[in-house]
Amino acid sequence: MTQNHQFEVVVVGAGGAGLMAGLYASKTAKTAVISKLYPTRSHTGAAQGGISAALGNLEEDRVEWHTYDSVKGSDYLGDQDSIEFMCQEAPQAILELEHMGLPFDRTPEGKISQRPFGGHTNNVTGKPVRRAAHAADRTGHMILQTLYQQCLKNNVNFYDEFQVLDLLTKDGKACGVVAVELATGELHVFHAKAVIFATGGHGRMWEITSNAYAYTGDGAAITFRRGIPLEDMEFFQFHPTGIYKLGILITEGVRGEGGILINGKGERFMPKYAPTVKDLASRDVISRAIYMEIREGRGVNGSNYIYLDVRPEVVNKFAALDGRTNPDGSPIKVTAEELLHKLPDIVDFNRVYLGIDPMTQPMPIQPTAHYTMGGIPTNRYGQVVVDDQGTIYPGLYAAGEVACVSIHGANRLGTNSLLDLVVFGKYSGLKAAEYAKSADFTPLPNDPTAFASQQFDALRNGDGKENAFDIGRELKKVMFDDVGVFRIEEGMKNALTKLAELRERFKHVRVNDSGKTFNTELLNAWELGNLLELAEVVATCALNRKESRGGHAREDYSKRDDANWLKHTLITRKNGKLEISYKPVVITKYQPKERVY
Amino acid sequence: MEVTLKVFRFNPDVDKKWRYETYKLEADPTDRVLDLLERVKGYTDGSLAFRRSCAHGVCGSDALRINGKNSLACKALVRDYGEKITVEPIMGLKVIKDLIVDMKPFFDNYKKILPFFINDSPLPADGKERRQSIEQRERFDDTTKCILCACCTTSCPSFWASDDYLGPAAMVTAHRFIFDSRDESASERLHILSETSGIARCHTVFNCTMACPREIQITKAIGELKLAMVTGNLE
Repeated sequence: MTQNHQFEVVVVGAGGAGLMAGLYASKTAKTAVISKLYPTRSHTGAAQGGISAALGNLEEDRVEWHTYDSVKGSDYLGDQDSIEFMCQEAPQAILELEHMGLPFDRTPEGKISQRPFGGHTNNVTGKPVRRAAHAADRTGHMILQTLYQQCLKNNVNFYDEFQVLDLLTKDGKACGVVAVELATGELHVFHAKAVIFATGGHGRMWEITSNAYAYTGDGAAITFRRGIPLEDMEFFQFHPTGIYKLGILITEGVRGEGGILINGKGERFMPKYAPTVKDLASRDVISRAIYMEIREGRGVNGSNYIYLDVRPEVVNKFAALDGRTNPDGSPIKVTAEELLHKLPDIVDFNRVYLGIDPMTQPMPIQPTAHYTMGGIPTNRYGQVVVDDQGTIYPGLYAAGEVACVSIHGANRLGTNSLLDLVVFGKYSGLKAAEYAKSADFTPLPNDPTAFASQQFDALRNGDGKENAFDIGRELKKVMFDDVGVFRIEEGMKNALTKLAELRERFKHVRVNDSGKTFNTELLNAWELGNLLELAEVVATCALNRKESRGGHAREDYSKRDDANWLKHTLITRKNGKLEISYKPVVITKYQPKERVY
Repeated sequence: MEVTLKVFRFNPDVDKKWRYETYKLEADPTDRVLDLLERVKGYTDGSLAFRRSCAHGVCGSDALRINGKNSLACKALVRDYGEKITVEPIMGLKVIKDLIVDMKPFFDNYKKILPFFINDSPLPADGKERRQSIEQRERFDDTTKCILCACCTTSCPSFWASDDYLGPAAMVTAHRFIFDSRDESASERLHILSETSGIARCHTVFNCTMACPREIQITKAIGELKLAMVTGNLE
């Protein structure tokens, strides 16, 4: 039995962006937040190091510097009007979180504390600036908890453990979603005036990843199947410091606190690649540097990892060598106790998973799949735009990692993800509620659950010759090997052949669990289908872009090519075939120039 | 090494009664118990149901009873448990399917304690942050770590006896707000704690503290709440 609901605004996903959207939309519109996880399980909670704003609480900082750093970080592919907007909104957004009770760490004067982060600079001196507001190394956790708590305070309607399967549209407008209630297996139709997707990224398609199991690109895959384009899907961020083999994130905050990258010969190597900010260069730059070191035989023990060293004596030694000082000008002299207090979770991860103590031993790390820069194209108000003319799809919104505003362009600056979801979550919620007040309900299509049911039936009725778990492993391996930190035509073509094979094999998967209660086998198979769909999109866009820019580094086209490629990619599927088009990058103040750190 | 994994099973769609299934797997000592469950699900029995998401101990989805002790399956390494590992659902909450329990009573208790920041006074005149000293922030740092996994509450005998007992997780949240110098509803929360299903049912068993995967000093936090109730002192 299908159950029916009606809300003015439906938010899909309950991480930072979804909760912020739900909080703001529900102020004026009847709103539901639907999430496949309990909201507090969302991946926002895994964000560690900080959220940036030019508050200038510890030293001079300016909105314009934050804007320029983000533009430069994006390798000039971010839309500058939107970046400017986000950076202007940033100080107020962070103060608003504080007013909601978020327990930021404090300065001696009782203000919100800030730390250095990769690519955050004083634009005059070029030196790192303290811009990342933080709550120990669990800033994302505190944002997620605080926003969930505020939603409870404001009686937001939650549908927890409901997996959204399909977007409903009629007459070119969004009019709702179809979801399955995991506990019962029942389908639910949510009729809505406005739908906001805030479902996160798709980092589970790579073997070594910092991303949660839930990060299967559901929102992007759902809207793509309904003909909505995706933007800049070739751009995916590999974070330089994941725990070796496991991929678990080690925050950039470790380097913000003075941690140093060391190769197998015991050398600090970042000055070669980023002479000014060294270990605090942008993430794409450092991930490539690590690969180069390993490729040239300078991995630890000839293996494919290097060290991140945050032992206090090492931090103090290199701080003195670099001439870095405390805000009051005194020399940096940290103790293990202070570092432990600033980075408790990092110490815990190392102890639990590796059995090492970062205060006495360096941490073995390797780049790990981390963040989806591309996604559902939107403007700065979260409205989905479907072409190069800024044409809005009525009633459809996206925010957070699933969206491509584009703030992050070809490479996201550390801490801008949390800022993105707070700022654009808020504006998408406000805009959707405003739209809902002026619009009527669009009638639901006939048989609204048909497409969702058809997808589930296919998974239940395969011949069972193939195993979904194997297909998932092979997908992750080929994406990590051939569509990873470095890319080359031959490898990407190989990946596309393999992905076509995997998609074919996926048709033979059969879900054996025929039950209705928490059929997670069915859910996981459906999620794998989303990853397979998006992996083909990612590899196709990557093969198409014949240049290197930000997170997209090609060995056969090793330079950025502004003459031909200073443009966003749009991709859709028409009659079964992937089609690529482009849209211009918005450039206001900052003309592209060579990117040196 | 070969591991014998014994797993509690119950599928309400087909089973009348719960049972245990045993699986033999090749495992590395550094494998997570979660990895073993994934492998069983992937290759042996897809119907095995459990919650999981982040897989590194920050989302709180996969609280389970492993060899009799509550832990997150993603923070439980094979080397710490040996060759025989028994995995069961956390206790005191109704089993829905296999290792999945009904979390509603747990979250209902959380909601009772007013789990949100309350301060209705005007903001500072400059519109900026409410000031808080490093020491004031430190006062409640430990209890901000809670990920609501329920390892603590479902290891507590008082909760096993009655699921309307607030339980340690809700009290950790109460502590987080009561000792936050910026919050203004300490007295309301202390009143809620003083009700019959509240703090008086804590008998200082320490199971919660032993179970917490975030190493929050829960019994200490509850002790501080008890002291605040008696003395009215929130320092």
